This record gives sequence, C-alpha cells and structure tokens, in this order.
Amino acid sequence: MTDPTTAPAVAAPAGGGAPDAVAAPPGTPAVEIRGVDKTFDTRSGLVPALDGIDLTVAEGEFVSLIGPSGCGKSTLMRLIADLDEPTSGEVRVFGKTARQARRDQDYGIAFQQAGLLPWRTVAANVALPLELHGVASASRRDRVAELLEMVGLADFADRYPDQLSGGMQQRVAIARALAERPRLLLMDEPFGALDEMTREKMQAELVRICAETGAAVVFVTHSIPEAVFLSDRVVVMSPRPGRIQQVVSMQLGADASRTEALREERAFFEMVTVVREALHGAPAGGARGVETR
Amino acid sequence: MATATGTAAITAARVGGTAAARSRREAVLRVVAPIAVGLIVLGAWQFLVSVVGVSDYLLPSPQSIAEEFVAYWPSILSAAVITGTNAFVGLVVGTVLGLALAALAARWRAIDRMSAPVVAALAVVPIVALAPVLNSMFGADSQFGRQAIAALASFVPVFLNTLRGFRQTTPVHRDLMKAYAATSGQVLRTITLPTARPFMLTGIRIASSLAVISALVAEYFGGPRGGLGSLISTSAASSAYARAWAYVVASIALGLLFYLATLALERLVQPRTTRQRTTEGST
Repeated sequence: MTDPTTAPAVAAPAGGGAPDAVAAPPGTPAVEIRGVDKTFDTRSGLVPALDGIDLTVAEGEFVSLIGPSGCGKSTLMRLIADLDEPTSGEVRVFGKTARQARRDQDYGIAFQQAGLLPWRTVAANVALPLELHGVASASRRDRVAELLEMVGLADFADRYPDQLSGGMQQRVAIARALAERPRLLLMDEPFGALDEMTREKMQAELVRICAETGAAVVFVTHSIPEAVFLSDRVVVMSPRPGRIQQVVSMQLGADASRTEALREERAFFEMVTVVREALHGAPAGGARGVETR
Repeated sequence: MATATGTAAITAARVGGTAAARSRREAVLRVVAPIAVGLIVLGAWQFLVSVVGVSDYLLPSPQSIAEEFVAYWPSILSAAVITGTNAFVGLVVGTVLGLALAALAARWRAIDRMSAPVVAALAVVPIVALAPVLNSMFGADSQFGRQAIAALASFVPVFLNTLRGFRQTTPVHRDLMKAYAATSGQVLRTITLPTARPFMLTGIRIASSLAVISALVAEYFGGPRGGLGSLISTSAASSAYARAWAYVVASIALGLLFYLATLALERLVQPRTTRQRTTEGST
C-alpha cells in the first residue's frame, strides 16, 4: 500500500544530493546509463536481467529499445524511471540520479496497459499528475483541454475509460504522460495491445506530438517497423542476460519526414532489414518474440 | 424464509437491471414477471387452503394472514421499529469496526496475521450459542445483546470484503503512483480507497441482510419482548399461526428495506454504475 521510497524523508542514495538540485546545463543528455547490471532475486535463485548496459540518450532524441521477450528492455526502462534500482552501475536523468529525477517529475511515463483510473473521467485521468503535484484547478483545466485537443479526444473529456476503445485509452495515457511537459518520455510498449491499423495511426500521432513538444523518448517495443518508423536510433538487445547487441542509427533519407509515405519507401525497408539482421546477428530469419510484420 | 425471498427478489432485480436498459419491453417484463409469479403462488396457496381444505393450523391462508396483518398493524409496526433499530445499530457498529480493522490489517501485516484467526472464529459463531450468553450478561431488559450480535454478524463480511478490496490495486497503478512520486496519503486517496470502494459496498450490502436476520433470531433467546422475532415465537407458541405469518411478512419487508437502503447508498457513493448503464442503453 505504501512505498517507503516515495516518502520524502528518505535520503537520495550516495551520489545524489546537493549537485542534483541544480538545473542541468544545456547539452546534458536526457538519459545516461553507465555500466548498469540488474539481477533479480527470485525464488529459483539469482536471475541476471541486464548486463553491462551503457547508453546515452540525447535531449530531444527518440530511442527505441527492441529485442525478444525477456531481453530486459522493459527492465531498462523501469531503471530509468526509478521504478526499479540497478544492482550496480549508474543511471542519470538530466544529470541527476534517477530517483531525484523521479521526485522532480522530469519524465512522463506510459505503459503497455493504459492504466487509467476507471472511476475517473478522461479529463480527470489526464489531470491526475497535475492534481497530485498541486497545480491550481484553473490552470489544470486549461492544460487538460489543451492535451485532449492534442490527442484528438476533446469530445471525450467527460467519458469514462471503459467507454473508450483501446486506442483511445492509450491516447489518454499519452496525454497524461505529457501533462507536465516532461522533457523525457518513457514508453513501455504503449501500442503493444493495439491492432495494426490503430497502431500505425498512433505512431504517426506520437511522431507529431514529439515534434511539438521536443521531448526525448525512450520507447520499448518488440515491433521492428514501429522502432524504425519512430526512432532516431534503435537499440537492439539480446536476451539472458540482457545486453545491448547493437545500436542502429536510422538513416531514412535526407528529408526523413516521418509520414505515412515513409512506410513504403525503400530506405524504410532497408532500415527494417538492418535492424532485423542486428537482432539475429546474421542475415534474416525469424527471431522468436519479435514481430517482423 | 426472509433471506430466501429476499435473495430471489435481488437476483430478479439484478438480472433484470441490465436487460431493462436494453429494451423497454424487457423492463415491463421485469416488473410484471415477479408480480405474476407472486400472484400465481398466492392463488395456488389460497386454493390449497380454501378449496382443497388444507388445515388452517398447518397452513394459514394468505387471506387470513392479510387480515391478521391489518388487525395487528400497530404492533407489527412497533415490533419492526424495535428489531430494525437493533439491526441498524448493529450494522453501523459492525461496518465501522470492519472498515477500520480492515484498513489496519491492510496496512500492517502483523495485524492481518493476528486478526485472521479471530475473524475466522467470529465468522462461525452461531447466534444460537451467543444470544443466551449475551442476554444473561447484559440483563433481560437490554437490547444490547441483540445489537452486539447484529454488529458481530455485520462485521465479518464488511471486514473480509474491505480487506480484499484494499489488496486489489493493480501493479500498473502502483507503478504510476511511484512514477508520480505520490505520498502514501495520495496513494491511499487516489488509488487504494477508490479501488476498494465497490468491495466495501458489497460487504455492507451482505451485512445489511445479516444484521436483520441476526437481530431477529437473537430475539428468540430471551431478552425484552416486542421485537418481530419474539412476537413470531409468541404467536406460534399460542397457535396464532396466521399472526405469526403476518410477523414473518413484516420481517421480510424489514430485510428488504435494509437491502434497498444499502443499494441506495451504493448508488449514492458510486453513481458511476448507473450512469454507465444509461449511456450503454442509449448508444
């Protein structure tokens, strides 16, 4: 019911403290992961989930984590969000410790499940983080209206989550994640449960929203085309223990505008192939747990 | 008897509830069907007694029960008030205790462990065993014993359901709250309590019927006269069967009243359910 780590009295771990309170100088990467290992202590013994992860996400950069099930991509995202703690190594968000960044609400987060509160209206769901952090109700109302407009759900403000389709619920969750104008957005397979058509529509919207907000994004997915379509860089991970196999920079042509047309361009297919091959460590084949559609 | 009829009515109402939203015809059917069943049963009953000639001692006719009901209306009303008050006091006390203890048990595992066997024991305490003991403990002119029994009977379902409700928060909501760096008070208000609310209300609804039944049954085992339970036993003992049945009818009405009151409370605290139904009906 209660989480001791949310209590304000708990001190930040070693390395946190005074310097973190200072605003990060320009050019500080959004996320900096150095030598991170994560081992889960389960009943059947120690299970290594992540091993020697180094990754830097620049400000405003869109980075996808892709890999088969069990490669620790979600775990990595949870470490950035400070929902879990690394066994060793360091995660810094905007130059602060991950915990401090969470306390300061430096990131917005969306999960595979929309995770809306079913007893709250759409508007009240989007308002939730603002409400928790003491934003005055007038400016809260304005911001919610703005966000719902952005995700195209202005007409659904008074509906309840169970009256919406899966895609609409996910859009509400994204609006909620954006509520406090975070400079970093963490997304754990947010479109994983959606059908292909809705998914592509949502991807296009995400691209638009990211362009509008200029936020850096860490996006966990198991769909190669999704990663290619959205990302500046795709981090390919391998399982047991989770390691970064390769980081692929997306080269989608000079203009590289992420429109629906991109999905049919040659460069797009080439990048899909590159990522697929990186996943297998060899020319194409069927990677289990990874969608290649 | 009271429970059987009560439950039947409840099920009919609930099943009908969703159907009613779908079509008007079914809504009419929902009202007409139980009334028709009731009338047929009463008709058959009356037929058995007056035409077939079943002895009035064995089975008083609906007509004679109705006559007794009218004749003894003031006594029935005051008896219902006495039993109803006992049940209500018990229900409120039991609910408050149940909610409070469940909150503590959800918060501290040690309290959960300590209370589990006690609650299990309370759940199986028979009213028959407890009523005479409490009656002699608190004197023959006190309603306290009955209220205590009603409170005990109400406590168990409220406690069990509420505790379960407190454990229903989903991992994604907990993660979200952690990501928002919400304080434990905020987590309680935004996630834990609203998640537990329907469970609490279910507990209270179950408790409401139990409170009436136990307050009534407790009257069979001594203590002050005047309640529905003691009047049923007195009437039956003096072979006034029709009158005993009239009191039974009043008991059923009392039980239903409690049930409907808690249902109304549910609507009040959780208006969402009704709104959802109407919206679904219109689309």
